[in-house]
Amino acid sequence: MSAALTWIWKALGDLIDGPLRSLQKHIGAHRMAYVFLAPNLIIFGLFSFWPMLLNFYIAFTGGQSVILAERPLIGVENFRELLACPSYLDPRTCPVAGYSFWTGLWNTLFFALVQVPIMVVVALVTALILNRNIRGRGFWRAVYFYPVMLSPVVVAVIWDWILKRRGILNALLDDMVSGWNDLARSGVWFEIGLGLILLLPLLPVTRALLARIASPHRLRLSHGLAVGLAILLSTWLARSGGLVLPDYRPVNWLIDQRAGWPMFWVIFVYTWGHLGFYMLILLAGLQAIPRDLYEAAEMDGTSRFRSFWRITLPLLMPTMVVVLVLSLIRAFQVFDEVYVLTGGGPGQATKMIIQHIYESAFIGDAKRYGIAAASSVLVAGLLMVLTLVQLLVTRRRAGG
Amino acid sequence: MITGAEIGTFLSRRRGIGRLHWSDWLTYGYLLMGVLIVLLPILWMILSSLKSPAALVENDPRALPYEQITIPAADGKSHTVFLWTRSDGVAVDVALVGVRGLNARVFEPGRPDTVFEVPRASLQRKETVAPRWDNYTEPTIGSTQSRTFNFLRYFWNSSFVTVVATLLTLIVNAMAGFALSKYRFAGRDAMALVIIATLLVPPTVILVPLFITVSKLGLLNSLWGVIIPAVATPTGVFLLRQYMLTIPDELLEAARMDAASEWKIFWRIILPLSLPALSVLAILSVMWRWNDFMWPLIVLTQSEVFTLQLGLSTFKGELNDNMHHLLAMTVLTLLPVTLVFVVLQKHITTGIANTGLK
Repeated sequence: MSAALTWIWKALGDLIDGPLRSLQKHIGAHRMAYVFLAPNLIIFGLFSFWPMLLNFYIAFTGGQSVILAERPLIGVENFRELLACPSYLDPRTCPVAGYSFWTGLWNTLFFALVQVPIMVVVALVTALILNRNIRGRGFWRAVYFYPVMLSPVVVAVIWDWILKRRGILNALLDDMVSGWNDLARSGVWFEIGLGLILLLPLLPVTRALLARIASPHRLRLSHGLAVGLAILLSTWLARSGGLVLPDYRPVNWLIDQRAGWPMFWVIFVYTWGHLGFYMLILLAGLQAIPRDLYEAAEMDGTSRFRSFWRITLPLLMPTMVVVLVLSLIRAFQVFDEVYVLTGGGPGQATKMIIQHIYESAFIGDAKRYGIAAASSVLVAGLLMVLTLVQLLVTRRRAGG
Repeated sequence: MITGAEIGTFLSRRRGIGRLHWSDWLTYGYLLMGVLIVLLPILWMILSSLKSPAALVENDPRALPYEQITIPAADGKSHTVFLWTRSDGVAVDVALVGVRGLNARVFEPGRPDTVFEVPRASLQRKETVAPRWDNYTEPTIGSTQSRTFNFLRYFWNSSFVTVVATLLTLIVNAMAGFALSKYRFAGRDAMALVIIATLLVPPTVILVPLFITVSKLGLLNSLWGVIIPAVATPTGVFLLRQYMLTIPDELLEAARMDAASEWKIFWRIILPLSLPALSVLAILSVMWRWNDFMWPLIVLTQSEVFTLQLGLSTFKGELNDNMHHLLAMTVLTLLPVTLVFVVLQKHITTGIANTGLK
């Protein structure tokens, strides 16, 4: 098997070698570098640079044609339509395209500014815990990383199935509420249990209350008082029905906009799918911190808390910045998960800026390529600043 | 790879339970909770994918795929079987014929001629655990359903894109990495700068011009339109260039003495020696391509050329009563990635941790 592969490998190499060898005779060995670079540069040029320049041009054209010659130049009309809003904070005051643009932009900003800090903090906590001296670290790390391998579409299908109105999450919550209510109505055993739980905080309270009393029976008195109070409170709470929760009403998590649930779940699902990646980067950063630093700190009697603030955090800072900027760039480009999960809905509640670009150009009868390109130019400006920051930071880290 | 020994040490941690500090309890509690949040949704989908359409419509919250037992009827249909609790407390099996008011007309299996009436409240569905493998076979090898979800076609398209794009990505970027690391030529630094500058242009912001370019080249609704534009990745070039810098130049000089052509040096010396870096890029590329969604969504609009991701998302958007197929196909879509991950877990995590890419 492997012998056959080697043979194929050599034969393939020789096959390409024929024409390239004669080319080398003509231009010399040194210039072969250009030949090696050529495929890459052609693809870069055709599918990165040329489109980038083209984007600026299209942003100033109108019409619905894909053929450039048929697109009339209309000046800054597209930008005017996007930016001519009396108030940017209220997209409803904008023209149609501007409404979509600003809704998407504000949603994306909200999404990024909430999602990134939450994810970075959870990723950091998880990385710190995985960096402890625990058993089966490889297993835990693999499980946390696993969702990163899944495609956004798969992730969206999984969570859509869980979050349906009659899905498993609502069923579980319903079970929990009715289970608790059954318990709360179950009578004397519930009262005894509740009394015992209440006793825990009541004991120190009564002891403190009776601290001034100089009586030989003080301790017995305070204990008695606590028990009495616990019995009274638990019977009153249980009998009054104050602990019985209202019946659970299933929430349409991805459709019911009233409490902002769709945006919550979009953030949750996106974080669920990407957390493992940032955790992995942070864990690698943590493991690069030399062990002897901690050992030296321990010798000096430094507390764990202090060595975290004085050693771990400062040395992890470069990695933290990379994670922060990288996750911010990615969050600004969020599309796949959200598009499949909610389609930007309900209404426009979870419509992100990339979805605005995509829909302006490719959805519906009016293919507004000009509007999409103009929006891209505006978003690209924002992303370029972020990416530049990231490159500078990474370079500084690599350069030491 | 998750070895048996690792799971073993993990499970047997109980032995040292007396020595566990309270913070260890918190640690393991946190880890366990996280693992549940990660794995339970996936597990729930896998379990659901084996249920019957009826159970899915009902949203049966039980984990296992229960199905009501039926016995064949004379007219080719079937009777559902119930457990009838008689007034004397004994429970017997009965098959349902029909419903009349609060009563049900039933007969005992084996005696279909003696139909009698019992109160419906005394009946309980008699169920058995029956995984419905048809959910998996109908859209894949079945004939009637293949029109709604042509799994094999999508699977082939996805595999084609993934394999071809990964091979091209490796070759094209390795060639560029070789040129940038082993040659001195005019404009080398400028070209390196140009390549890294493309990092500044995420594909999400050049969708329209890219679409126009691809359509002008006649690549719309062609898998090549998905494959080619992202073949040259600046990250790939730099990953490979950094690695190739560590290969000693003496090797190349020795080969040149033996009159090897530049291409042969690349093919026979550089590529085999760069295998570690190439495998990292290969893993990344497979992940990118198999999971890619947005660019295929724009380039491919006809269902014959859909990738799995496109097929799934379209299928999800279309209908709700085919949930049993959607869930099963989602499981089949995540299966290859999961298998690759289980086998190559160590390589993948270390590769990604070292490059900072995914």
